[in-house]
Amino acid sequence: MNILKYIPVCGLILACSDVLALEFKQVQANESSVTFSYKQMGVPMEGKFNKFTAQLAFDPAKVAAAQARIDINVASIDTGSMEANDEVVGKLWFNAKTYPAASFVSTGLKALGGNRYEATGKLSIKGRTLEMKAPVTFQAAGNRGAFDGSFTLKRLDFAIGEGEWTDIGTVANEIQIKFHLVVNAALSKK
Amino acid sequence: MNLPNITRYNNTAITLHWLVALLIFAAFPLGVYMHELSLSPTKLQLYSYHKWIGITVLLLAVQRVVWRATHTPPALPDNLPRWQKIASHATHQLLYVLLFVVPLSGWLMSSAKGYKTVWLGILQLPDLVSKNKTLGELLSNVHASLNYLLLALVVLHIAAVLKHRLIDRDDVMTRMLPIGDRK
Repeated sequence: MNILKYIPVCGLILACSDVLALEFKQVQANESSVTFSYKQMGVPMEGKFNKFTAQLAFDPAKVAAAQARIDINVASIDTGSMEANDEVVGKLWFNAKTYPAASFVSTGLKALGGNRYEATGKLSIKGRTLEMKAPVTFQAAGNRGAFDGSFTLKRLDFAIGEGEWTDIGTVANEIQIKFHLVVNAALSKK
Repeated sequence: MNLPNITRYNNTAITLHWLVALLIFAAFPLGVYMHELSLSPTKLQLYSYHKWIGITVLLLAVQRVVWRATHTPPALPDNLPRWQKIASHATHQLLYVLLFVVPLSGWLMSSAKGYKTVWLGILQLPDLVSKNKTLGELLSNVHASLNYLLLALVVLHIAAVLKHRLIDRDDVMTRMLPIGDRK
């Protein structure tokens, strides 16, 4: 909590931002989440990944330099039912044995005004990598910040669901991914 | 009752009866079959069809009760023994109850297991209970038990019809037939 001592000081000394910057980089894994939703026979379904790691470096004053990397343990998926959990780690879906991790590695962050940003990056799942764009909001209170974003991927682009599961009339092709990352800031010298 | 002329159910009642019968004869074996399947698109489809049929039965059951409350059904033959009349009314009342509680128990089970019900893939029904594994398993047993009770009553219902037709040789069966020997 040392940081709290600096904040009022920075408020008084306008020039301090040239010297010190708040960089959000300590991801609080147990407060963060990666969830997904999709439709199955027209029925909205939700799930989440229980295990993932995230590395972030975000200085609101230097947006273009922001970096993010999220690695998801695909076997930690929770679709809401044991039967489906067993199925989706299998070869036709994630093939978790061969491809245990899915990752998102940022390639850029653009400020869209206010607390809105657009993140671009490479999404890799099951050995396939595609460029992705995701709108992100960032909200900070003191030295705590939260990133919230979502994007939609087409599961067949990553061969998630092969064979009989390519039938998108049953399990929809569009999967919405939502992430909520809670990040603590550390002071860094410029 | 001073209505000796009613010898048949009207077309609305006949249509509702046979529609519900047809749907139950489809949904029951479907339910028995689908839950043994391993996960596949077919299984997901069959579950949805089963649920759509169930909700349809529930909607038709409402209409049947409305019909029953606003109409007088044809009377049973006068010469029928008293205990058979009582048995007949009891069976029919229980069948009406099951037309509601069987689909309702399925809907509740689905909610408790974390699956919403979207009728015909269009109309999303509310979850009347929230996701709860223990409750889901309990309701699964309730749904199955109620269905076997329904099966037993349908067998009794059909046996009684055949008894009227083949032994009593009265018109109890024809009053619910859409076609055939009308009086």
